[in-house]
Amino acid sequence: MTTEQDHGRTTAAHGSRIDAYVDRYAARAAGMVASEVRALFAVASRPEVVSLAGGMPYVTALPLDAVGELVAELVANRGPVALQYGSGQGDPLLREQICEVMRLEGIEAGPDDVVVTVGSQQALDLVTRIFIDPGDVVLAEGPSYVGALGTFAAYQAKVVHVAMDDDGLIPEALAEAIDACARAGQRVKFLYTIPNFQNPAGVTLTAERRTRVLEICRRAGVLVVEDNPYGLLGFDGEPMRALRAEDPDGVVYLGSFSKTLAPGFRVGWALAPHAIRDKLILAMESAVLSHSTFAQLAVGRYLETQPWREQIKAFRELYRERRDAMLDALPKYMPEGCTWTKPGGGFFVWMTLPEGLDSKAILPRAVAARVAFVPGTGFYADGQGSRQMRLSYCYPEPDRIREGVRRLGAVIEQELEVRDTFGAGAGRHRPGIDTPGPDLA
Amino acid sequence: MSDLGHVLVLAGGLSYEREVSLRSGRRVAEVLRSKGVEVEMRDTDATLVPSILADPPDAVFVTLHGGSGEDGAIRSVLELLSVPYVGAGPDACRVAYDKPTAKAVVRSWGLRTPDSVTLPKETFHDLGASAVLERIVERLGLPLFVKPSRGGSALGASIVRKAEELPAAMVGCFAYGDTALIEKYVEGVEVAVSVVDLGDGPVALPPVEIVPDGGVYDYAARYTAGHTEFFAPARLRPEVAESCLAMAVAAHEALGLRDISRTDIIVDHDGNPHFLEVNVAPGMTETSLLPMAAEAADRDLGTLCTRLLEIAAARG
Repeated sequence: MTTEQDHGRTTAAHGSRIDAYVDRYAARAAGMVASEVRALFAVASRPEVVSLAGGMPYVTALPLDAVGELVAELVANRGPVALQYGSGQGDPLLREQICEVMRLEGIEAGPDDVVVTVGSQQALDLVTRIFIDPGDVVLAEGPSYVGALGTFAAYQAKVVHVAMDDDGLIPEALAEAIDACARAGQRVKFLYTIPNFQNPAGVTLTAERRTRVLEICRRAGVLVVEDNPYGLLGFDGEPMRALRAEDPDGVVYLGSFSKTLAPGFRVGWALAPHAIRDKLILAMESAVLSHSTFAQLAVGRYLETQPWREQIKAFRELYRERRDAMLDALPKYMPEGCTWTKPGGGFFVWMTLPEGLDSKAILPRAVAARVAFVPGTGFYADGQGSRQMRLSYCYPEPDRIREGVRRLGAVIEQELEVRDTFGAGAGRHRPGIDTPGPDLA
Repeated sequence: MSDLGHVLVLAGGLSYEREVSLRSGRRVAEVLRSKGVEVEMRDTDATLVPSILADPPDAVFVTLHGGSGEDGAIRSVLELLSVPYVGAGPDACRVAYDKPTAKAVVRSWGLRTPDSVTLPKETFHDLGASAVLERIVERLGLPLFVKPSRGGSALGASIVRKAEELPAAMVGCFAYGDTALIEKYVEGVEVAVSVVDLGDGPVALPPVEIVPDGGVYDYAARYTAGHTEFFAPARLRPEVAESCLAMAVAAHEALGLRDISRTDIIVDHDGNPHFLEVNVAPGMTETSLLPMAAEAADRDLGTLCTRLLEIAAARG
């Protein structure tokens, strides 16, 4: 005899959840799930697909023979040092060299103020670790770097996005956000900003706005975390003055060799006021004991023996050509209603789709048409960004970039047809952070 | 120790399920190696055919999900290369992979399957979406289950409980395919029955009951360990379990499948099974259903896969 809810079942012991630890994970692990978007990126890594998704620098342009030689020499001449533990703060000579690099952006600092980290990603992780308690507010540009959002989520920060326009972060919006948090009794610990050729928006904070942003944060007692991987990769004119150059006490500056040299070394750094610096060193030691001495000495040797300024110039020209290919192709192939930023450097264009389209919903179609991009929702902590997408021009050759834009344009045309068939309200919006893998950040 | 020489596991491909396929392939390769089989994993790219010609394997295990792995295309190529492989032939795959066609075939064999309609995107465009969708709701009622007519891993699939949700469900479905299958949604227990044929005819493994957190067996629920509770064997009365097993074996035979398949079934409130779809290259990941069923039957997965390869190799 069956009851309505019976389904013909018998009782049994507990089922299996496959994961024996399912009820033991920390709350912060809740978002770590298999995702359709990540699955689509697995296809995007195939060579048949023109990937406009990756943020990978074009390292093939490096003088690899020279790098190979200096690494071999390093092991031959300084093997026992290079292969040994180092200090928590990082190699002293490298820290001096880092100060020389930062001088190009107006920063005056001493090697004691620098902490070498495993990529600037780790620098951000350590800064977040020492400042953020669960529930603390981090102000971030809207959109912001997906790797940073992942870090903030891991420490259970509350991210409040502040609007940007073509000139970067809007100071009035920043002031309003700080006031709103104060009214709500929320603790704002720091502002996270990528002022040059922002990932993902491609825009740059103007000089005038830099001063105002610093003033607003100083008045409100909000620390500024300035993340600057692309500052030396502007295509025209001299690098802009860093925020840190104007305000040494109110800014923690994060730097990286990932784009000016190579990400594979995993060498970045934090430049911080001394009290923060001391805590960062302790945090660094507790995380990894010390950075890879080998990687640091290799980078140091490169800076010492290779024409690194010329290499950066060469990278600039290479990326400029690719940016031009993308900005030429976009008006040619994108349907009416698409708009995009026009970066003066860096790697990324931020495109906005016509009303009623959802970039995450378009991704499977794009992958089937053999082109990939990163949907905009990945760059917001609050579900915004469904009409946006990030297009990278750093990696494919210019002809492939043009072809990729052509393919994408055709997909968007088809999507417009689907939108017109089913109505603009039918575009799917699926909330939540979708973190792509490291090669897409 | 097996008599098999060297075998290929084909995994990856360019479908949406590439990542799942790579995980399935790695697991199959691992269990085969644990049985002493010499295994090479290959993707379907331009190097595949030359490498098979240069060094023909004794047999191939296809763990390509979706697209050319399940629609007969890669199997057609293997036949052109005269390489034996585990699983259904190209013609049977073509029928089985197209869900509406598979439903029609099993229905003609007397198996129960939910009422449905299948329409390409163009029909909505040409005839006007709202008129057609209204008629679908009137005819099939609510709730509905919308999915691409071809594909797996629940990509593009969704449950529609209110008519106003249907346009969005259609857009989500057409993101993954050009034709939509819209079925009456049968409330009930989700059960998967895997079938293997080790030379004595198709035999069903114990049914696996699927209980996802949040009620929907979507991509995250399928491939994140811990998000779904499985009961293997399913918590069904013996006669209900029997009817599920019988349905899966009948589907395997009706569709002319071979060696291995997995049928997905919903058991309704009255204990009746309804055929949803069949999979000719079932997942073999750590969270997949066939390995779970094999374990419930006390069958070692490595032994099972080795035996299937031996049978394929003997077929020549």
